[in-house]
Amino acid sequence: MNADSSINAAASKRLILEWIIERWLFLCALLSVFTTLGILYVLFGQSLNFFREVRPIEFLTGTRWAPLLQPRFFGVLPLVGGTLMIVIIAGVVALPIGLSIGIYLSEYASPLQKKIIKPFLEILAGIPTIVYGYFALTFVTPILQHLIPATEIFNALSAGIVVGIMILPMVASLSEDALRSVPSSLRQGGYALGATSWQVSLSIVVPAAISGISSAFILALSRAFGETMAVTIAAGSTPKLTMNPLESIQTMTAFIVQVSKGDTPVGTVEYYTLFAVALVLFAITFSMNIIANHIQRRYREVYDH
Amino acid sequence: MQVDPQVSARIMRRSQAIDGLFRTFCAICTWAGIVLLFVLIGKIVYEGLPGLNMDFINNFPSRRPGRAGLKAAIWGSVWLMGTVTVFAVPVGVCAAIYLEEYGKRGRLSNFLETNISNLAGVPSIVYGILGLAIFVRTMHMGVSVLAGGLTLALLVLPVIIVSSREALRAVPPGYRSASYALGATKWQTTWKIVLPSAMPGVLTGVILSLSRAMGETAPLILVGAASYIASTPGSPMDQYTALPIQIYDWASRPQAEFKDLAASGIIVLLFVLFLMNALAIYSRQRFLSKLKG
Repeated sequence: MNADSSINAAASKRLILEWIIERWLFLCALLSVFTTLGILYVLFGQSLNFFREVRPIEFLTGTRWAPLLQPRFFGVLPLVGGTLMIVIIAGVVALPIGLSIGIYLSEYASPLQKKIIKPFLEILAGIPTIVYGYFALTFVTPILQHLIPATEIFNALSAGIVVGIMILPMVASLSEDALRSVPSSLRQGGYALGATSWQVSLSIVVPAAISGISSAFILALSRAFGETMAVTIAAGSTPKLTMNPLESIQTMTAFIVQVSKGDTPVGTVEYYTLFAVALVLFAITFSMNIIANHIQRRYREVYDH
Repeated sequence: MQVDPQVSARIMRRSQAIDGLFRTFCAICTWAGIVLLFVLIGKIVYEGLPGLNMDFINNFPSRRPGRAGLKAAIWGSVWLMGTVTVFAVPVGVCAAIYLEEYGKRGRLSNFLETNISNLAGVPSIVYGILGLAIFVRTMHMGVSVLAGGLTLALLVLPVIIVSSREALRAVPPGYRSASYALGATKWQTTWKIVLPSAMPGVLTGVILSLSRAMGETAPLILVGAASYIASTPGSPMDQYTALPIQIYDWASRPQAEFKDLAASGIIVLLFVLFLMNALAIYSRQRFLSKLKG
């Protein structure tokens, strides 16, 4: 009798403990939701203070950005334009080369070659962005200045190239994954029709993996949008709308760094520009990530025979 | 239909030539990426190695490049990593356990999963903004190791969760069934059987995420890491600087001497990251061989 009830007591204590532990684990998992809510709350809440003083239409369509000097202008387009230029240059560098690396790894490379190449790509991906910034400023820019004397010390081209190198491993490994998931029967079908291997790669395997490849491209470009240190160091701090990649520009991220490094008093409209610009950046990268996930899920070609 | 054998041979030869060219092009792209890595590291070693000595490791930063050193930055980074480990590792691993072992099915865990993958894509500077508004201002932590560490902890949390889940998933289901068969509860099974088997895998992810946090610069600038500080932190509420912050400060000065210091700093940073990665690879190998054996 006695022993029985003590076993029961122990068992119910055990059950209570199990219940508490499960709640605790759940709370930990929920913390990520609070992080998202925190980001949204901070960005929208603080931007509201900004939009009390600056009309949203002026912010989104204005073509001059000078919030720290008098007279002040709050048109975000020069920052968006500067960022876009970096992203386009990075894309021109990284997308074709990254896809070629992906094709090489999935279609041509022997297992031994793969074993050698992949760790190097991983190292390239693990190098901190500050190092890429240093590389842009002290290596790429002098070469560009040597080739094209009109190049300014701080310029979009150098930063864009380096951001391209930075996202290259991501493009390569994600597109390799996409290409590898194409079943070999499709390739063999191509060969049976007499196609050579580049014809099989480019007109069968790549189209079959196009959803994975495009989502890899979008994710990599979204990374380029949010890149901060390389562009802060190498692209300059001159917000302007220009088509000339040899000039100094400023990206959204570089502006955020500039403001937070200075001693802008808390509560001023200059301080709140930080949050308004970050909101634009967040909106762009967030939608790109959603689109990439959507493409991957919605348009995935399922081969399960 | 008649096909001229000469024509078809020509088409085939051309096709094969293009084939060779395409293959060569892909190979060149691949090896170019690797050559680039060597150029990058070579450039940094060439500029930075002459300035690398014990004085550089032991000195505080200085206005005179000859006497400037990394002491404050190294200790600042050590404090930050300690803070990240204390907060992000337990929470990340617990979240992974919940998602993998407890709440596997259902809309809620789908939602949590989507949310985590979205968080992983948020630019690091946005985490800096979050840290600035929540930790530095609202919670009045000010410019402190704690505020910086918590910001980085939130940043790497998705990485820890994803990699820990992979490690937990790799534990064979038979381990769990055997434990239940002996009458163990869910938590006993998780704590005594699943987690120990998954530990090396979890550790790999933790080390990799710490090495990510180690190299992060932008969020720390936002939460106010100082670029000129001549002391090491003594408590979590102290001011601090960090390796990448110090490198950024030196790299953005116009004088060439400071640029070389930045290169020396980068060598130290890359060396630490290299050690961490080697440790992670070692731990992954052990994990895989243990699961096989």
